[in-house]
Amino acid sequence: MAGSCCGGDLGVDNAMCSTGVRDFTRVEELMRAGHREEDGTVRYVLSVPDIHCGACISAIERGLNGLEGIVSARVNLSLKRLTVILDSAERSPGFVIAKLDALGYPAAAVDLGDLGNVEQKRKSDRLLKSLAVAGFAAGNIMLLSVSVWSGATGATRDLFHLISGLIAIPVVAYSGQVFFSSALNALMARRLNMDVPISLAVILALGMSTYESLTGGAEAYFDAAVTLLFFLLIGRYLDQVMRDHARSAVLGLARMTARGGTVIGADGKAAYVPVDEIVPGMVMRVAPGERIPADGRIVKGASDLDRSLVTGESAPVSVSPNTDVEAGTLNLTGPIDISVTRKADESFIAEVMQMMEAAENGRGRYVRIADRAARIYAPAVHLLSLFAFVAWMIVTKGDWHASLYTAISVLIITCPCALGLAVPVVHVIGAARLFGQGILMKDGSALERLAEADFAIFDKTGTLTTGTPRIAASSISADDAPAARALALHSIHPASRAIAAFLSDADNADITDIHEVPGYGVEGMLDGRKIRLGRAEWAGQIADVKADEALARGGLSFASEGGEIAGFTLSETLRPGAAEAVGALSGQGMTIELLSGDSAASVKAIAGTLGIATVRAHATPASKIARIKGLQAEGHRVLMVGDGLNDAPALATGHVSMAPASASDIGRMAADFVFTRDTMMSVPFAREVALKAGRLVRQNFGLAILYNCIAVPLAVAGFVTPLIAALAMSGSSIVVVTNSMRLARGGRLLPGFKRKEKAGQSTEALA
Amino acid sequence: MNVLIFLVPIALGLGVLGLGAFLWSIRTGQYNDLDGAAERILDEDADEKPLG
Repeated sequence: MAGSCCGGDLGVDNAMCSTGVRDFTRVEELMRAGHREEDGTVRYVLSVPDIHCGACISAIERGLNGLEGIVSARVNLSLKRLTVILDSAERSPGFVIAKLDALGYPAAAVDLGDLGNVEQKRKSDRLLKSLAVAGFAAGNIMLLSVSVWSGATGATRDLFHLISGLIAIPVVAYSGQVFFSSALNALMARRLNMDVPISLAVILALGMSTYESLTGGAEAYFDAAVTLLFFLLIGRYLDQVMRDHARSAVLGLARMTARGGTVIGADGKAAYVPVDEIVPGMVMRVAPGERIPADGRIVKGASDLDRSLVTGESAPVSVSPNTDVEAGTLNLTGPIDISVTRKADESFIAEVMQMMEAAENGRGRYVRIADRAARIYAPAVHLLSLFAFVAWMIVTKGDWHASLYTAISVLIITCPCALGLAVPVVHVIGAARLFGQGILMKDGSALERLAEADFAIFDKTGTLTTGTPRIAASSISADDAPAARALALHSIHPASRAIAAFLSDADNADITDIHEVPGYGVEGMLDGRKIRLGRAEWAGQIADVKADEALARGGLSFASEGGEIAGFTLSETLRPGAAEAVGALSGQGMTIELLSGDSAASVKAIAGTLGIATVRAHATPASKIARIKGLQAEGHRVLMVGDGLNDAPALATGHVSMAPASASDIGRMAADFVFTRDTMMSVPFAREVALKAGRLVRQNFGLAILYNCIAVPLAVAGFVTPLIAALAMSGSSIVVVTNSMRLARGGRLLPGFKRKEKAGQSTEALA
Repeated sequence: MNVLIFLVPIALGLGVLGLGAFLWSIRTGQYNDLDGAAERILDEDADEKPLG
């Protein structure tokens, strides 16, 4: 059952995982990520991106539970994760991975320390508990208050006030801590934030109401204080949950950079070494399909390297002994031994990380719209309340009680209930809307920044193009097609895969003695004749053509011994929706530029197809940053869309940034949005949602201000009773939330954006 | 109004009961995998107890 509906692209994965070295690395990584429990069992958390339905759950759990050594195996469908508990630390978790591979669910280790989610989880749990307690208290106190408002008098009223106080005081002490500690921090740093007036209002209201209840006074504000906390906690909780959700979704995408590698010792034995223990001088063996863990120089073997994530070059580069290689590049065709020249934390990746940090510090200056509002609002509220107090003291000629009462009602009535909900509710709904279309958002401020962007810069390789080449044309004859396909299937070189896909209709051919010649191509025997698929000059050696003719032809060729030579023309595949996305963004009034590390010819070709006027080729990470900084100095706000390691600093520099799910780890970390669907239409869609969210946030602020314009004069004049305060506060909050809900509804989907998510879309990233 | 002596504690007690149930459900991980829970209900053999 699982096989019919789930399961990844097995063909690809088997080819990628066939090497023993790779499995060894995966198991070692997993062992290190295991978490020992007190009773001696070990808990492993695996990311399994192909889990997506109920049948997947039962297939995996039935497959694993009952195997020797497994205490329990449980799938989490929401997070696409599997938690396996093994009986002892001595048992290698390799068999779990092997079993999962056999079931068709390739898995990768999730390092719990890596996620750092334990503390975050505690934070949102704490908020949820505070919210629950506040909700309970708000409901019960409101019940008692309604009785008072509807006419309870004398002893009954006093009793109800006392019960309310008994509930409210411990609840505020527990649930209000979030606000009190934040307000205290702000005051210590001599700043004002929104939490200062909130804390002040809640504490003063509580204090005054307690005094009133004990002295048998007629009015108490317990309900207002607790309801205020309840509403504000809803806003806080939504904000926190959205961030947790986005982060775990981003981390849930499989990791790409090597976390360690296989080191060949002096005695010739292979051992796994984690990336931070790799030192210069070590000799590392990198199997085809693995990424190179540290910068080094090849000492043995030859291969082709896919450098697209590192430099943005689209075509693989062939390498041989004495070539320098960078960490993060993908080894494609042959096993290579490299002598490490730099430690991992000094490698190219580390340089990129440093540039990125520098860029992110610059961006840290962005102030969220809610905080900007708080900067004006908080002092205004305090001044207003003080003004009310002074005015009443003058008018009533020193009536402390009445003046303080009015001042506190002003604080309560102006308390930013609606303001506290105005932004998070819109952002949560926006995030849900984006998530529904496969776009993950890191935090709410990204939505604000995306709405402000007016200039879009795209990377080419892996962003506008998919990074996988395709065959545009071929002169191969129908007789040769089966042989060429069989050869192509043997290799994971992107060009071979493109040929295999192009010839997918051809029959099977019985080829013997197939082997890959790194840097050149694939060779095999068919009916006693040698056949080759690869570089033209190499394939041409066995064919019936002159050497210089074959060389002049260039590109990829197929040849059989003494026979014809046939050529293939490669071209880059555009990401689906790329042209429409460029059109849509221009339509939204954005200027678009293409900035790539690839050669001028291929950049111009893509720009021409998409109708992008400005292009820059041969861009390095530093020149990309320089270009963005230049534009920002001119007053533009830049949206950067890119995927590679070389784009990461630019992603961090841009005012806002997006990356596809196929991007490098660092690229994904640097980006504000990650889109998991193939289509480029994700970019204009996200911007449209951001623009709409921005409008709604401003409307909400407008509504909150309007409410204050009516409520504040009443409060200053002393007309506000606890009943009016409760109605006004709840009323304004409901209006703001209802207005925010409009983001979830309506709004057209962009054309071509209805494609369903494909099963196993991230298998490639995982392998 | 003597009935209040019973009614108020009963109202509060029911509220505390609900609050307690909610806190229990958080602590035992009932909300850890909402999508999974929706699918598991259809599977007769599925283990319904969440991972704590």
